[in-house]
Amino acid sequence: MDDRQKEIENLKDYKYGFSTDIENTRAPKGLNEDVIKFISKIKKEPLWMLEFRLKAFERFKLLKEPDWQKPKYPKIDYQDLYYYSAPKSMDDKPKSLDELDPKLLETYKKLGIPLQEQARLNGIAVDAVFDSVSVATTFREELSKLGIIFCPISEAIQNYPELVKKYLGSVIPTTDHFFATLNSAVFTDGSFAYIPEGVRCPMELSTYFRINASNTGQFERTLIVADKGSYVSYLEGCTAPMRDENQLHAANVELIALDDAEIKYSTVQNWYPGDKDGKGGIYNFVTKRGLCKGRNSKISWTQVETGSAITWKYPSCILKGDNSVGEFYSIAITNNHQKADTGTKMIHLGKNTKSKIISKGISAGFSDMTYRGLVDISPKASNSNNYTQCDSLLMGNKCGAHTVPYIKNKNSESNIAHEATTSKISEEQLHYCQQRGLNAEEAVGLIVNGFCKEVLQQLPMEFAVEAQKLVGISLEGSVG
Amino acid sequence: MKEQLQKDFDNIVKNLNLSQKDIEIKKFYLDNFINRGFPNRKEEDWKFSDLNQIIKKEIGQLSFYSDYTHTNKVDTSVFVDGLEHNKIVFINGRIEKIDFDYEQKDKIEIIDQSETINKLNDNSLSDLNNAFTNKSFKILVKNGYQLVKPLILYHTTNSKICSKNINLRLEFELDKNSSLRLIDLFNDTSEKNFLNIFYNFDLKENAVLKNYKVDKFENKNIKYSFNNIEQDKDSISETFILSTGSNFFKNEINCNLNGKFSSAFVNGIFSLNNNKHHEIRTIINHLTENTKSYQLIKSVLEDSSKAAYQGKIFVNSEAQKTDGYQLSKAILLNKESEFNVKPELEIYADDVKCSHGSASGSLNEDSIFYLMSRGLNYHQSRELLINGFLLDVVEKITDSEIKNLIKNLIGIKE
Repeated sequence: MDDRQKEIENLKDYKYGFSTDIENTRAPKGLNEDVIKFISKIKKEPLWMLEFRLKAFERFKLLKEPDWQKPKYPKIDYQDLYYYSAPKSMDDKPKSLDELDPKLLETYKKLGIPLQEQARLNGIAVDAVFDSVSVATTFREELSKLGIIFCPISEAIQNYPELVKKYLGSVIPTTDHFFATLNSAVFTDGSFAYIPEGVRCPMELSTYFRINASNTGQFERTLIVADKGSYVSYLEGCTAPMRDENQLHAANVELIALDDAEIKYSTVQNWYPGDKDGKGGIYNFVTKRGLCKGRNSKISWTQVETGSAITWKYPSCILKGDNSVGEFYSIAITNNHQKADTGTKMIHLGKNTKSKIISKGISAGFSDMTYRGLVDISPKASNSNNYTQCDSLLMGNKCGAHTVPYIKNKNSESNIAHEATTSKISEEQLHYCQQRGLNAEEAVGLIVNGFCKEVLQQLPMEFAVEAQKLVGISLEGSVG
Repeated sequence: MKEQLQKDFDNIVKNLNLSQKDIEIKKFYLDNFINRGFPNRKEEDWKFSDLNQIIKKEIGQLSFYSDYTHTNKVDTSVFVDGLEHNKIVFINGRIEKIDFDYEQKDKIEIIDQSETINKLNDNSLSDLNNAFTNKSFKILVKNGYQLVKPLILYHTTNSKICSKNINLRLEFELDKNSSLRLIDLFNDTSEKNFLNIFYNFDLKENAVLKNYKVDKFENKNIKYSFNNIEQDKDSISETFILSTGSNFFKNEINCNLNGKFSSAFVNGIFSLNNNKHHEIRTIINHLTENTKSYQLIKSVLEDSSKAAYQGKIFVNSEAQKTDGYQLSKAILLNKESEFNVKPELEIYADDVKCSHGSASGSLNEDSIFYLMSRGLNYHQSRELLINGFLLDVVEKITDSEIKNLIKNLIGIKE
């Protein structure tokens, strides 16, 4: 057995499936005003934040859970969830990493996330979110020298209330859809990043989400603001332990790019997908929305979706500023009984706006995958352009691949082009690879990697390697 | 609307000689329709065209009662010249004439089946149709018979009716190895009526159906047409839609490819001006191995017209070796015009070749410049480009006689 194979053997099972045995502080079970007040209190939030939450909750009570999506799931009992769970050791916030609970450090070490000094050579600033709290944020001093604010959102609410007040809820208002509103009411932690005018963030910012406690929903909220002429690249990773029950993850991510700013947001989503028979796994119902508010701004989403029992999300761009650009690159892989309903929305409002959508879907086993997208060019968005390409690859006849694009062109000076194909890996390609000494699985891996290349290229180096491996692992056992 | 429906329904039932059972069945569908009303934006299939709103806005109060006891005079001037054909004449909601002059009489059977009901489509318009259709026929083309001449169905309305709902239901059965060419020709001098048409085609082994729907002449009516096509082994169906004249027209094609090696072709043209609003919705269900479908929709939109195309290719897990293709293209000529598309693929089999493409945008200025630099004026260049764009679809028509007829109607010269 050579090294590569050993590695694959090791990775075959969901290697992030361990859980950390750690004492938790939890909010009482259930969803009501008291729980929201409890969360707000434990976070020591100012009054306006509590009002924001309560307003959202009022609205939430009026909303009905949507049911138009393709993957159906058993009804979630929102009263049977814990909305806040945090390691006890975090009750009094440790001042530095040295004071951090060793168990937490151990957990992140196992996950391969460098929190400690020696691992900083890696050069990525990390905000680690464990269940409902952010446990550590690295590199803060270096970043603050440039004026960049990168901290847990709960801290930002206290330390930078003006910024948070101004931007929180400006892209995803409290009056949004069911899950987004739920998040607005009960969100616990997440990352906040602010890049001041003209600053090019020298390192990748990253958040690592981990669901540990059982029966807990994770509701994190991320807010990134890129001021005029700034640039930031942001990474997001996620894992969860293997548990038999389904866990809900309903996050909100808001991006705001002002004039000439650029935000690049990459996700490698590897929540626990459930076992071979589709038992357990995470429901990943996330709302991600970016607003190109200023002229010449750019927002680019890249996502590699391999985990979760059900993925249901549409990272979107609202192209409000003239000449703004929105991009969406996605690879979604479903195996066994996983289901995904994902895609993007590009809403062109400004003149000369451009968007590009590249989506690659691979389904294997008994899984089901849907690309659902919207391209909407409004009457005022003259001279706008969209290009969409969505390709699906099917492995076996027990799985499904669907494409549901909505395309609306209301401006005669704008162009929209859309292409979609569905096929399987051709016998000729497989034969060619096998003839040259690869076994069937390696050949499929190679072809799939080629199929995904356009998207993988968009990922930052560190992620690209991991993602490439993930693509291979997710399809393990689906050949033959 | 409820009282109106009830009243008109009672009036109609009075005039028809129906058995108690039939009245009850019709009543059942009437109640269904009353419950559901006209389809609106909230229904996914009507997302782009809110019929309820459109009827409210364009027609206002709709009357469902028509006096079918008097015959209408058949106006022969509307008949197509220069093409010998069989006729069905449908005037103001009444079938006035069915004539297969050019065919062998024993090979075609016309069966009155006003009693049977249509269960093809589960939308409220089908309920409406079931409740109010007064006469319904089934046309059976017998084993091995291929009609010598095409059949033209004249959908005529005249100024005698206004704000009326008209329903038509026809069924066609093509037995083994038979073939039929059917042209639907819409000719309206009336205004503000709502036509609700349901066709069912049953294609047996090796049968060939060619259906051309021509809505060319300017009129202010609102139309809905639904075609259901069942296809057995080796059968072929070809549908062509010219969607131009009416204020609102929604064409739906639902095609079930039940037999191996069956194939379906749907081609369509939207050529709209003013504030017309048209839609084509197709669903091609690939239900078994080795079936094929091809769809091409092109639109040219002027003024503040709107076109929508919803096309779905469904492939179930047995339908290996499916070949499905769909392309929609639109040219928007005015700032106010709008093109909405929802091309959808739903695929459960892996050994398939399915793709769709969609593009929309303005007329290519470079091409115009090219033509103008060769001496054409702007208007001519524009015309030439648009004709070329649309000709692509017309050329897909496999029947040369009808292709010429349609070319003449659109005014495309070669």
